[in-house]
Amino acid sequence: MSIKVVRTKSEFEGIVSEETALVEGTDLRSWGDDAGLTIVGKRHTRVDGIARVTGRAMFTQDLYLPGMLHVRMLRSPYPRARVRKIDASRAEALPGVRGVLHRSNAPKAAFRGEETIFRDEVRFVGDEVAAVAADTEEIAAEAVRLIDVEYEVLPFVPDLEEAMAEGATKLADGGNVSESGKHDRGDVKRAFAESQVVVEGTYRTSTQLHNSLETHGAVARWDGDELTVWESTQHVFGVRAGIQAALKIPYKDIRVLCDYMGGGFGSKGGAGKYTIVAAIFARQLGKPVRCFLTRDEENLAAGNRSATYQTVKISSKGKKIHAIEHLSWSNAGQGRWVADPTGPTNGLYDIANVRSRSYKVLTSLGALASFRAPGYVEGTFALDQAIDELAERMGEDPLALRRRHATRMTDPVTSLRYSLKRLLRCYEIGEKEIGWHRRKPEGARGSALHRRRGYGMASQLWGGSGLPPAYATVHLNPDGTAVLRCGTQDIGTGTRTVLAQLVAEELGLEVDAVRVELGDTNSQYAPISAGSLTVASVGPAVRLAAKDARGQLLEAASGLLEMGTSELRVQRGQIIGKGHRMSIGEVLGQVENFTVIGKGSRFPNPEGLSLKTFGAHFAQVEVDVRTGEIFVEHVVAVHDIGRVINPLLATSQVEGGIIQGLGFVLSEERIVDRPTGHVVNGNLEGYKIPTVRDVPRMTVRFTEDADVKANNIGAKGLGEPPIIPLPAAIANAVANAIGVRIRTAPLTRQRVLEALELSLERTRPQAAVRST
Amino acid sequence: MVLVPKAPSFVGPGAIDVALEVNGDAVTVHVPPHRTLLDTLRETLGLTGAKRVCDEGTCGACTVLIDGKPAYACMTLAVACADRKVETVEGLSKDGLHPVQQAFIDHDAYQCGFCTPGQIMSCVGLLRQNASPDAEDVLRAVSGNLCRCGAYPNIVAAALAASKKTKR
Repeated sequence: MSIKVVRTKSEFEGIVSEETALVEGTDLRSWGDDAGLTIVGKRHTRVDGIARVTGRAMFTQDLYLPGMLHVRMLRSPYPRARVRKIDASRAEALPGVRGVLHRSNAPKAAFRGEETIFRDEVRFVGDEVAAVAADTEEIAAEAVRLIDVEYEVLPFVPDLEEAMAEGATKLADGGNVSESGKHDRGDVKRAFAESQVVVEGTYRTSTQLHNSLETHGAVARWDGDELTVWESTQHVFGVRAGIQAALKIPYKDIRVLCDYMGGGFGSKGGAGKYTIVAAIFARQLGKPVRCFLTRDEENLAAGNRSATYQTVKISSKGKKIHAIEHLSWSNAGQGRWVADPTGPTNGLYDIANVRSRSYKVLTSLGALASFRAPGYVEGTFALDQAIDELAERMGEDPLALRRRHATRMTDPVTSLRYSLKRLLRCYEIGEKEIGWHRRKPEGARGSALHRRRGYGMASQLWGGSGLPPAYATVHLNPDGTAVLRCGTQDIGTGTRTVLAQLVAEELGLEVDAVRVELGDTNSQYAPISAGSLTVASVGPAVRLAAKDARGQLLEAASGLLEMGTSELRVQRGQIIGKGHRMSIGEVLGQVENFTVIGKGSRFPNPEGLSLKTFGAHFAQVEVDVRTGEIFVEHVVAVHDIGRVINPLLATSQVEGGIIQGLGFVLSEERIVDRPTGHVVNGNLEGYKIPTVRDVPRMTVRFTEDADVKANNIGAKGLGEPPIIPLPAAIANAVANAIGVRIRTAPLTRQRVLEALELSLERTRPQAAVRST
Repeated sequence: MVLVPKAPSFVGPGAIDVALEVNGDAVTVHVPPHRTLLDTLRETLGLTGAKRVCDEGTCGACTVLIDGKPAYACMTLAVACADRKVETVEGLSKDGLHPVQQAFIDHDAYQCGFCTPGQIMSCVGLLRQNASPDAEDVLRAVSGNLCRCGAYPNIVAAALAASKKTKR
């Protein structure tokens, strides 16, 4: 097969870029809705279920190699300080300590644009100052306490709005605030002047901590010049690139592995300082080295969803939204980028006049990391609340208003036609499932006198088209079983199962006859498992690899059975021809041991089309006006993601997104002590993620049409969509219930009560409830 | 209350031998008194099913059964388990999958799978004490087990389904 160079536009987490990739052979047309698929599109329990329920699934954290040393880090207790002097002699003298690394003795290692692992100037509480390798974790932790450091404490900024203010301490030469995104459409100034209703609001969202249950960490081992790294990661090839940049060793000598991993949610995108430190220690000390973050460290130095400060001005003319201006500032901490909360404002609704700006703000806190739909969760929280408020002031039903701006089949940002857009269908299903007709503009009495009931909804826009490059091979064994190899990873989304289904469908095997090997840089390249792009990137390559294997199998069978290939087909492990029905094993068993190897690559996305996912969430809530507690009674989630490969797993993923969104909007908030810059709730005690008791009734639906123009499997991504509209839908339902809008997430009881107090004058019905 | 032994027949304060039963096997481990049961299971006995997530008794990922009752292994010292029966997720499937394990597969009661062993042990512990739990019993049993992926509804469904199978 010949190699071709292709150029393609790709979207990753809201950022569109031009990619050049290599592909082989020719692509297939997508399976249509009438393709008669028997495995793809059907429920199938996870192929790795037994490993997961028996404790046999090996996570990186579970790896204990003989002679392995353990690393613990010394982290800065100050939000900004110069490290004047480090004296590690007391630590080094502790029995069991094998090595200490710090800025004076660590070898040069480039890391994310800097030349060193240990900075001279530490920039947040938790910044790495030194690392200790010891026989046990206990000894390493004790040794960390024995390192003497002289710090020169410097001025710092522990808060987003403080960093934005005039006269704030500058954390970078160019100041703390820099523009990170902009979009202009129409003429916003003129449009506001000619509008009839104008609504303005300021929205704030809090810093959300990922709290993947498996913390960030790696195990490194050298065998001569070869380095093997096991890492809990969403991207083994990203880790490999980070190691190469830091240690300057060739790819052939680096192998990165990730079999099972305990959650990432965007935060595990590449090598961490722990990876490089483990690799350096392992080389220096000649032993395997393990470096895992503790829960507290995880919540200081392993990323977070940026807090935001947003202003939205929106107006109407006649029955339509006429203009919107959305300005957003994101707390990057010490990060080098920020996500764009104005993405949904720019592209979700067809609005004629749009002006948006987003800004990155530096603070003396740990860097952000992608967190499930970074920017879009925060931005939709503001956008869809502003739309509801406008609808309220226009005297319109908020869903009806959105419908007027959801009909166009072209992307308002790029003017390209959508490959598929089923947003209106999402509204139709959701409206029915939640019982939208029960929503009254003034809310309703709830199940008790002190409880108010409300309904709200919000829409979802996200990419999810997937992108090249991605490659896969399928090895078909002489007994009719197959092994799929692909360098992607299963971060809990069900990638292994979905890929096994694709192979089984295309190659004509049972799902159980397919083994899927992932998470290994010695396999073919696959992109990061993030940005809702795994299935849409890897799936089409996997299908082509299976098709290639099937073609070769039929050629072999044709020779052995003396029949033309066109007379033969493969189905459920059987080769079927005129008068013939033999298992693959019987046919291939006639020759000496032989492995069919099928190869496949991901072809570019179609030219001139906009590939997006859409959706809508509807919520029914009750609010206790005495305590401010919000009871989420029912959430309906409808998503338009093209073909659903496995409805069982897809439903799980949507439910998970809803629950994580509930955390964002109701309880999750990193709290920083401003005088010291310390995170005070960097643990699972003080930082409140949802528990089993916080789960509402959920209805999950998909529009289900295959996106046949998108790629050869007709599927798009689902990881991020289900968290995007949930917070705004809940906030809108709460506003409907109590007649007052809360513009700060999370909507804690305190914030609900404060908002109710402020509006007592305006909300007579509740005042009357109080007096009875 | 601190008992200071007067007789010379005491052990400690350094590492001591502790005899306990793990998944039906009698084992003796040599551990310092401050070593948790969780670290002992994972590092000394190679039983890595129980996970270390918070290491302070808030998440339940380390849940095991001690004398048949669910306990946080990270909050239990190994020396406190002398002569007691400890069961981990690895011990459930000696004769095929336990009904709870099978129900977790059937109901897709996991995503990343990191909390799964702890969730399963909480559910098994519940069914040992109450063969016919209702949804509220299950909620109480797993409310100390955090899941960041949000597999909760399927976990509850799996536990209820398993209880029906166990009864038969």
